[in-house]
Amino acid sequence: MTHRSRQLRVSALARIEGEGALRVVIDGGQVSDVQLQIYEPPRFFEAFLRGRQYTEVTDITSRICGICPVAYQASAWNAIESACGAAVGEPVAALRRLLYCGEWVSSHALHIYLLHAPDFLGYPDVIAMAADHRDLVERGLRLKKAGNAILEAVGGRAIHPVNTRLGGFYRAPAAAELAALAEQLRRALDDALATVAWVAGFDFPDVELDCELLAARDPGRYAIERGQIASAGGLSFPAAAFAEHVTEHQVPYSTALHATLDGRRYLTGPLARYTISSAQLSPVARQAAAAAGLGPACRNPFRSIVVRAVEIVYAIGEALAIIGSYERPGPSFADVPPVAGTGHGVSEAPRGLLYHRYELDAAGRVAAADIVPPTSQNQAAIEADLAAVVSAHLDLGDAELTALCERVIRNYDPCISCAAHFLDLRVERR
Amino acid sequence: MSRPDAVAPRAVLIGIGSPYRRDDGIGPALAAAIQRAASPGVTVTDSDGEPSALLDAWSGVPLAVVVDAVLCAVPEPGRIHRTALDLAPGSAVSPAGAAAAGLGAGAAAASTHGLGVPDALRLAQALDRTPGRLVVFAVEAADLGFGSALSPAVAACLPDLIRVVLAELGTAAAGSGP
Repeated sequence: MTHRSRQLRVSALARIEGEGALRVVIDGGQVSDVQLQIYEPPRFFEAFLRGRQYTEVTDITSRICGICPVAYQASAWNAIESACGAAVGEPVAALRRLLYCGEWVSSHALHIYLLHAPDFLGYPDVIAMAADHRDLVERGLRLKKAGNAILEAVGGRAIHPVNTRLGGFYRAPAAAELAALAEQLRRALDDALATVAWVAGFDFPDVELDCELLAARDPGRYAIERGQIASAGGLSFPAAAFAEHVTEHQVPYSTALHATLDGRRYLTGPLARYTISSAQLSPVARQAAAAAGLGPACRNPFRSIVVRAVEIVYAIGEALAIIGSYERPGPSFADVPPVAGTGHGVSEAPRGLLYHRYELDAAGRVAAADIVPPTSQNQAAIEADLAAVVSAHLDLGDAELTALCERVIRNYDPCISCAAHFLDLRVERR
Repeated sequence: MSRPDAVAPRAVLIGIGSPYRRDDGIGPALAAAIQRAASPGVTVTDSDGEPSALLDAWSGVPLAVVVDAVLCAVPEPGRIHRTALDLAPGSAVSPAGAAAAGLGAGAAAASTHGLGVPDALRLAQALDRTPGRLVVFAVEAADLGFGSALSPAVAACLPDLIRVVLAELGTAAAGSGP
């Protein structure tokens, strides 16, 4: 305790989804500890799901997060339908992809405009930004609304969709209902392209992550609602092999489990998706990415805002393509009779790879559930990034260092409502 | 919950919260109860409190009634606080006025979830997307832990809450009015 000892407390780490806490310890001029402390609802839901009928699962898991409920439904469909040996037809699969595109647009627009852009433009929050840049905030809200319009048309409402079920949908929308949506989406595509051009002009610190990147991969297209799992380093395996490669372990300061990929730290999310599948983007999205200065890979977490903007362009184009070739499916869902067994499923939540595993008995009761959200997979990589950033900026005062840590965390858009609660930030200098 | 009426709604009721976080579910529970009793022209919705969704729900509607759970330093679970603000053109509410009414910015905005009703209101004011009048019913919570049941104290206040909210919406049915 001979070192200078200082402690800084910030009441809230602003502008991330949910709640959590960060503790940074600087001891003798070196970063000795970084702990992202999060408390995790999925663990509660896993217990809550045991004993429930397999048909109830997706209505329950969609409640884990108000920002990405479709992701929690989709990974569960994939896992349970796989356990039961059921397959949905292509028209239902296309509707699911359309629904998921709506969630990507809505979630990414929220993060870019309401949470992340104020960092680059020097505002404390979107309310202050709206006072000077009302047109920009309006554009963000229009984009979010376009995403919500997809969710409402296909899912029945914007949060916690109620029209979805195991095997498909209670009711497939009429072609005319989706055609009405297309006009709004064509205007949204212009907003999305303008968004890419806008964020491309931000000032990005020169940072490269060296950890492994992990995402779903879907041959021939950019993975969203399903896929195999792939890493930037060349790994490729099915969802069923997730537990052979990804190991979760507890840390004492957080209820979210830390994860490693074959023993190494890794990251999921937009940077991983883009680096693994940028060649699968549509021509218009690829062109927007190139004009924004993105190469085939992106490992700079500050540029994740550009990748999200490109993904909005892609998702709107994909939604328009699905609507353009839409034919209302005959039966709106496939029968999924219960089968005793275990099923695994993944999908690409806006924040990254979301893995679900369910064990069912012969009557379709859930015997065990395992949910691994992207934010807990990313926790170790975020901590490592924070440690590097703090080490490189020890000369900054506590206030500036705290602000920088907050920016670093927001780069990852952590959905701590999926993985934690209130965020309280503390820097200790000893 | 309900789709907006074809005619412009004269009022919207927004129940904020998560039904899987015990007393945080008071907003959705109230919305579900009101859904059955609301008259035409009243849109009923539940929300996780995400600000742009609140703006969409209440923008330009003459009356918005919001129900949410709050934690108080000296708690009296089940107690109902009512705050009303006139926001129509010509009755502009200054940030100081909103703060005086208990809707000022409190702690720093924490998240889209932590960006609560006060922050959504400030954003709505910056973008001219407020309702004409905003009435907030805040219910003091006892327990925001995981679980799907309201605490006894908060469950017990539900009939009173339904009565005052219906009165606010002007839709109290004969015989069940205040």
